[in-house]
Amino acid sequence: METEYLLSMNDISKEYFGNKVLKNVNLQVKTGEIHALMGENGAGKSTLMNVLFGMPVIHNTGGFEGQVQLDGKEISIADPHDAMNYGIGMVHQEFMLIPDFTVTENIKVGRETGRPSLVPVLDKVFGRDLDHMLWDEMAADSRRSLDSIGMMNIEEYAKVAGMPIGYQQFVEIAREIDKTGIKLLVFDEPTAVLTESEADRLLEIMRLISSRGIAIIFITHRLDEVMQVADSMTILRDGEFVARKEVAETNLVEIAQLMIGRQVDKLVDDSEHDPRELSDDKIALELVNYCVNMPGEKVINMNVKIREGEIFGFGGLAGQGKIGIHNGIQGLYETRGDVLIHGEKLDLSKRGEALRKDIAFVSEDRRGVGLLLGESIERNIVFSAMQVKNEFLKRGLLDRKASLKHTREMIELLDIRTTGPQQTAGSLSGGNQQKVCLARALTLKPNILIVAEPTRGIDIGAKKLVLEYLTKINREQGTTIIVISSELVELRSICDRIAIVAKGTIAAILDPEAPDADYGLAMSGLKREDVGA
Amino acid sequence: MNKKIANTMTNPDNNISERIKTLLFDNKVMIVFAFLCFGAFMVSGMQLEAVVAEVFTRIARNGFTVLALLIPVFAGMGLNFGIVIGAIAAQIAIFAVVYWRFTGLGGMMLAVLIATPLALLFGYLVGKLFNKMKGAEMIAGLILGYFADGLYQLLFLVLIGGVIPATDPRYIIDGGMGVKNAIDLTGSLKYSIDRVKIIDLALGLLILVVVITGVKLFLHLKKKRQLERKDLIIFAVVAILYAITYVPAIEKHLFADRINLIVALPLFLLFVVIRNLLAIYKNSKKPDPNFNRPRSIFYIALSVLVYILTYVPALESLIMSINLPVLPYVLITGLCAFNNGLLNTRLGQNMRTVGQSQTVAAASGINVDRTRVIAMMLSTLLACWGQLIYLQNIGTFSTYGAHLQIGQFAVAALLVGGASVSKATNKQALIGVTLFHLLFIIAPQAGNQLFGDAQIGEYFRVFVSYGVIALSLAMHAWQRKKPLEEITAD
Repeated sequence: METEYLLSMNDISKEYFGNKVLKNVNLQVKTGEIHALMGENGAGKSTLMNVLFGMPVIHNTGGFEGQVQLDGKEISIADPHDAMNYGIGMVHQEFMLIPDFTVTENIKVGRETGRPSLVPVLDKVFGRDLDHMLWDEMAADSRRSLDSIGMMNIEEYAKVAGMPIGYQQFVEIAREIDKTGIKLLVFDEPTAVLTESEADRLLEIMRLISSRGIAIIFITHRLDEVMQVADSMTILRDGEFVARKEVAETNLVEIAQLMIGRQVDKLVDDSEHDPRELSDDKIALELVNYCVNMPGEKVINMNVKIREGEIFGFGGLAGQGKIGIHNGIQGLYETRGDVLIHGEKLDLSKRGEALRKDIAFVSEDRRGVGLLLGESIERNIVFSAMQVKNEFLKRGLLDRKASLKHTREMIELLDIRTTGPQQTAGSLSGGNQQKVCLARALTLKPNILIVAEPTRGIDIGAKKLVLEYLTKINREQGTTIIVISSELVELRSICDRIAIVAKGTIAAILDPEAPDADYGLAMSGLKREDVGA
Repeated sequence: MNKKIANTMTNPDNNISERIKTLLFDNKVMIVFAFLCFGAFMVSGMQLEAVVAEVFTRIARNGFTVLALLIPVFAGMGLNFGIVIGAIAAQIAIFAVVYWRFTGLGGMMLAVLIATPLALLFGYLVGKLFNKMKGAEMIAGLILGYFADGLYQLLFLVLIGGVIPATDPRYIIDGGMGVKNAIDLTGSLKYSIDRVKIIDLALGLLILVVVITGVKLFLHLKKKRQLERKDLIIFAVVAILYAITYVPAIEKHLFADRINLIVALPLFLLFVVIRNLLAIYKNSKKPDPNFNRPRSIFYIALSVLVYILTYVPALESLIMSINLPVLPYVLITGLCAFNNGLLNTRLGQNMRTVGQSQTVAAASGINVDRTRVIAMMLSTLLACWGQLIYLQNIGTFSTYGAHLQIGQFAVAALLVGGASVSKATNKQALIGVTLFHLLFIIAPQAGNQLFGDAQIGEYFRVFVSYGVIALSLAMHAWQRKKPLEEITAD
């Protein structure tokens, strides 16, 4: 029965430096079907596709285990060019287009039609290098490809620069279609950058292409789109194969469950007495029609009220906008709308204004924004307080005594494993770096603490410690804490409420105990009511 | 979504005043330089004839080298300061030729024969190195030039005479080790290219065509045993052209080695007119929205105007007084044609793709590294030939200095013409060479008139020419940043 599938990837495993990112994953695609490949960020979708395309990143890190079959025959793909020769093409999420080239040039890039030059001797020496380019023929080919996907209104001689994003995506598709013998086309989150009507158009085109016998692998987070166009799907989770389903035999809720589907092992023990009283009248931070123009993490018209003393989580997939929230409040990106701190409007145009209003941040980009890697732990911890609150200063100079004392206290308090206050921050381990970031934020004695990706890149032990500490300062000092994280488990461990951000806005505010399916649906921007389940 | 979308996007500013603004902005460096040249000329009080004649001499001398910079720009490798290495190859070859006492055009051909493989090898090595430091090609090329200069000094100061036996006292320092400070080409290679007669050039070309066609024909006959009509026609044309050289009226012009500007200028104008007419004709048959019709018409009108101006007596006598060396200009024209032709080949298109985005190129199956190496080899080779043309015209050169500045000078000239790190054309190279050398000629005189000291004018010229490089690089960095802002500001 092997030949039933056009492509089958069997028992694929891949390790990056001892870290297993794919564990015996299977993927089967039939001729002419649209097959959705689904999973959260980090589920292994990209790695699987890198294996399929023979990307250098796979081969440079020791290759992979398992078997790839095309039309029932085992094949080995050494580089992207091989994949192209086998008839496997990709429509990239980040467009592989050259803005200054015309549509024709982009469609034909690397595959230009040419005729031998007039001097045969030179052709013998230089091969096809001296071929004369036949642009008229190439333009006609491009026209044909564009027409075949119904894109009559893209002109083949126009430059790509300045075209709407949707059009650029269609040019990409036309390029793949133009390749002779294309059998399998991978769409990598194609609708992520499109407007709604463009996305609908794209789905239509995908159906059109598959109706011509070309198989499609459709990578996406959007469940509704999968239900709309896909025939079947494979779900991955944490690098493991979860299920292969026919779309007709399943429903949204089941898929959402399969995607998230992990038992919630609370990372933090919260059985002790909770002395807090949360009230809807006491709002620490309110976002009103809040927009942030952060590339790749846009926030669009967000409205939310966060209560005083609460631990509030923002979750959701990468690129949906959760990272934009605190970057906007910090004043790092252009914003619209209002941020109210205890009912008072925050002037977002002034950088550092949030810090002066007793809001402290721990950045998701620890090594880039969060720390001065070449400086000592001491400097890192007191730096912000020095700048914002003029603390640790004596006649305008650093008060070494006070800062050293404070640093020692912090090292003890947070259990930072270090040789001493003078060790450079860059030489610490990830977990300890994170603790230094936290120490700096706490030194500001914040009323509101915003922590982004608190446990990224640190081991499980340190993870637990950081989360426990966050809970502790929340309980003991009444600090309002906002956690922004890609890891649902940690949000569900410590937060009182969790907002799932999708398409730049809040899809749902959920209780940590809410069912997995609700989380799954919210992450793809759907509500349970929409599904009718 | 209407049909016009793609169309309007290619011409975002249809407004005429907007267009003029962008035109002026795009050519700002050139315009500033033109004004500078004009002002300096007015102050200097130099004779127009002398200045113009000198400019044409210098274009012949340096034009080729500046044009050699274009290919790396196509391939996205920036301005190739590494052409110094090509110049070094040329100087090694020239030294060998004069040392062995070869002279004239034959000697020059031998120099080309020696220099070409050297330059290709050097270009290959430079390309390999540049592939290891992508994104830093310009600084690498600059430093590499200094490094190569060190090796060159080692060769010429120590190895020649020291290790390689060489004793000729004309060139070797008295101690028997090292080459003398200056090499005089008078009587050997000086003017060996400039003084090639038109008739020799024409005959050479005819012979080349005959030989190539003959070989082709021979191969054909061996394979198919039948003649191709096309090839026979070529033979007939060659024969007719050859016969024409015996027509007395034409023959008497052919034995000159220089062509008067009054002949060359109309030829050039005719070329411009025909080219633009062809473009308009082609466009009328098959419209191409990227074609700028008003611009073509403007060029035609300009050409006609210039032609009419040649009948103004004052200008006529000026033009009549200028004679161009034939072969250097033929070579420069040839290189322009080569640069254009290259862009129309697969290799050229690959270079453009690599220049625009190495990621896209690699993903499309283009061998990025190979393409870049070829670009460097071509550029180094062309620079090497350019240096040969330069040295034979100068006639005497400083063994240890002649190659040092050519990287900076050629780059400055190209930038003055309005080129940038990522975009350059033949036209920009030629305009740049003209303006740059114009200032070269008149700045010292202007300085002399203004401050009573030629040196001040010279300082000013150096300041301006390097200022142009700095400014262009800064503006390039600034323009590159801009698109990012646009994306975030939507």
